[in-house]
Amino acid sequence: MKILKFGKKRQVKEDLDLTGENAIANKETAGLSQSQIVLKRFLRHKAAVFSVGILISIIIFVFSAIDSKIGPISINGWWKHKTDDLPPLLYEGCPDGTVGCPTISMRPKWLGGAGIGFGEHPFGQDDIGRDYFALVMRGAQRSVMVMFIIGFFAATIGIVVGAVAGYFRGWIDAVLMRFTDFIITIPSVIIGAVIGAKFGNLGAAVLAVYLGLFAWTGLSRLVRGEFLSLREREFVDAARVAGASARRIIFKHILPNAVGVIIVSVTLLLSGAILLETALSYLGFGVVSPDVSLGLLISNYQAAFSTRPWLFWYPGFFIIAIALSINFIGDGLRDAFDPRQKRAISKKERLRAMVGIRNKE
Amino acid sequence: MLAYVTRRLGILFLILFGSSFILYNLAAISGDPIGELRFSDDPGAAQAIIDLTRQLRLDVPPPLRYFIWLKGVVGLFWGKADFGLTRDSLSVATEIGNAIPVSIRLVFVATFVAIVIGIAIGIASALRQYSRFDYTMTFFAFLLFSLPIFWVAVLLKQYMAIQFNNFLSDPNVPFGWLLTLSTLTAVFWASVLTRARVKFWLTFSTVFAFTSLSIKTLEILGWFTNPRLGPVVIFILSVGIAFAITHISVGLSNRTALNASLTMSVFTLGWYFAIQPMFNSQTSLLQILGLGVATTIVATITSLFFSRIDRGPLIRTTILTALLSAFLIVVDKYMRTWSAYMSEDAVNYRPVPTFGQSKPLLPQEDYWIRTLDILVHLLLPTIALTLISLAGYVRFSRGTLLEVLNQDYIRTARAKGLTERTVIMRHAFRNTLIPLTTILVADIVGIIGGAIITERVFGWYGMGTLFNRAIATVDLNLLMGVFFITATLAVLANLIADLLYSALDPRIRAGSGK
Repeated sequence: MKILKFGKKRQVKEDLDLTGENAIANKETAGLSQSQIVLKRFLRHKAAVFSVGILISIIIFVFSAIDSKIGPISINGWWKHKTDDLPPLLYEGCPDGTVGCPTISMRPKWLGGAGIGFGEHPFGQDDIGRDYFALVMRGAQRSVMVMFIIGFFAATIGIVVGAVAGYFRGWIDAVLMRFTDFIITIPSVIIGAVIGAKFGNLGAAVLAVYLGLFAWTGLSRLVRGEFLSLREREFVDAARVAGASARRIIFKHILPNAVGVIIVSVTLLLSGAILLETALSYLGFGVVSPDVSLGLLISNYQAAFSTRPWLFWYPGFFIIAIALSINFIGDGLRDAFDPRQKRAISKKERLRAMVGIRNKE
Repeated sequence: MLAYVTRRLGILFLILFGSSFILYNLAAISGDPIGELRFSDDPGAAQAIIDLTRQLRLDVPPPLRYFIWLKGVVGLFWGKADFGLTRDSLSVATEIGNAIPVSIRLVFVATFVAIVIGIAIGIASALRQYSRFDYTMTFFAFLLFSLPIFWVAVLLKQYMAIQFNNFLSDPNVPFGWLLTLSTLTAVFWASVLTRARVKFWLTFSTVFAFTSLSIKTLEILGWFTNPRLGPVVIFILSVGIAFAITHISVGLSNRTALNASLTMSVFTLGWYFAIQPMFNSQTSLLQILGLGVATTIVATITSLFFSRIDRGPLIRTTILTALLSAFLIVVDKYMRTWSAYMSEDAVNYRPVPTFGQSKPLLPQEDYWIRTLDILVHLLLPTIALTLISLAGYVRFSRGTLLEVLNQDYIRTARAKGLTERTVIMRHAFRNTLIPLTTILVADIVGIIGGAIITERVFGWYGMGTLFNRAIATVDLNLLMGVFFITATLAVLANLIADLLYSALDPRIRAGSGK
């Protein structure tokens, strides 16, 4: 700030703002590794951090509530009812002569409520008296499992196909991309229907694997685009000159640079997967009875909305909570991985930076 | 370029051939078309099996049967395509021909509304990055992203249809609702329009007072059962439109543009009385479109009369003002049809339906009542589809605009001393639209494919329902017919999007090199 003439005050102030902002940005990242910067930026995104907490608690809550089996680990649920128990339908205290209403209470005793607690059937009971809490927990387990299986398969295939196509280009690229176009045209509903009809009800896991085998197309295109531009960069040339193999260049040099885009896209894929599963189950092509899924529960009880709305609200709430938190985590990751990402700089920080610069001069 | 397009088209046919072959065989093993008949005790079952086998050529194994189907479809090239018959011996081509307009009707409005509102919100929130408005919109976008459509549909049926109809039978807005509605409206406008705190509360209180007063006035006037605008209100709104459009497109400092637009408002007032005799029960869509064309011509002539230099933006502004104002006249006509529509026996004072695409019992002769019925049936599915697809446009246009605003040419435009409006509307906004066109093409083509779930929830009979029915009943010809149309359009859309992108953005050239 050499000249501080009257009249030019505004211009000078803007200059100060600019250098101030850069100074803040530079100071923040000084001496940190890439992953530390990403972590730091992610932690700054409050909604995303909050969502991570919510998602983890939902998963722990849901998988510990009733008996579940994840691979070799089996968990004994703490909840007293199972999905196939048939306790008598309760009707005491239910509004308008309905039966099986929820007993969950959020109002403490000193406010005139029944006290905070679960009661006998916190989410109510279904038509034949099964505990709806247990059903919703089982449905949420299914949805989370389906989501991660679809995500895993789609991400693996998508990344490999996109990386190979983008790195090798030429005829390999042409063949792989036409194959991708080919997969895009086959509707996933058909896949669900075929599996259901040919192999019977193999359960949600098999369904998820098949859906995952058809859900990778968008990701592979994205990864290919990323590879096409990254492979022209100097560090790839350097690796090649140093004698690195194609596999090494793809996985050790280019992939880490594309990981931001990939992670963001995978989170979107995950939230899309949970909605896909519920939609298919709703149409009757996904998880089928006697197995339970959130989409199936909503589909079964949508007509009951005006009389017994809880049969509709609770499964919907879990779908939304899971999908919403994943979307927010994705947003946080996008911000964290994007080096051009600017953030809102508070007045206090700006002032401090300006004062700091003045003092230096 | 031609070589590129030809090559892409060739590959496209190969892909369609491959995927239709696979799909045919997958669908064939997914079920048995005569499975139910096999276990039937009906004495006619045996005959039905023979008939169906002969008609659908079930004696031929699926991989070969596919080529029988293909032979019919390839007839498309010499003008006599044969998509075969459905299980019920109906022509697949006719079934699809009936379903496509329904699908378009269902999804077109929703897509259009979602695009317009989505882009508007996306831009507003990009221009106010990291403001409270931005955060709120981000939250709602993610919330909408996470909603299953069938879940939204059930809520809409309950609150927008059943309870709204209850409200119409006794149209008194409860005090709590009045307060909530006014507060939400006021918060929205205050956060869109202002940044500073004092201004925020000023806008908030003005909008709040205005909204609550007008709702109360409308209630007292019995407007909810007997709505109308009338010439005076149309004129006032039209003046408002003139100011708003001029402000956004060329700025209020451009007096010529403002004058031309205001002339169109005066014209609208005269137009209103001139048009009324034409709006009778015999009106047709063609006449209404003709009126739109006439309005455009008048607006063009007026603007040419006003402008001397820089005619393009001024003509655009005037035409937009005139068309929006003329649209109000049509809206007014529909509003005045409302009470007649409500008192129809088929409607019986419960106008918002939860199911179906039109009321079959309604007398068909009056154009306005008939079309109002269609519009009312469109209401819920359109809102549901709009809510679901809105979020994508909001996020996408916000991200793109932020990216564009970082470009060098924006800095150049600002450095030249252009006004902020010109920089945003002419330099930034237009470049934001380029990547948007590509997702737009895909979405518009997706319209034809219909919306399987929405159609099912709201009982519409479009492409989605056909597809669903075809899978459930293992109706291969029907399934392949629907697939052929949607897949061809989808792959074509991909090609068109690529070409459009390279045409709009000179930095990208499709087909040149790799």
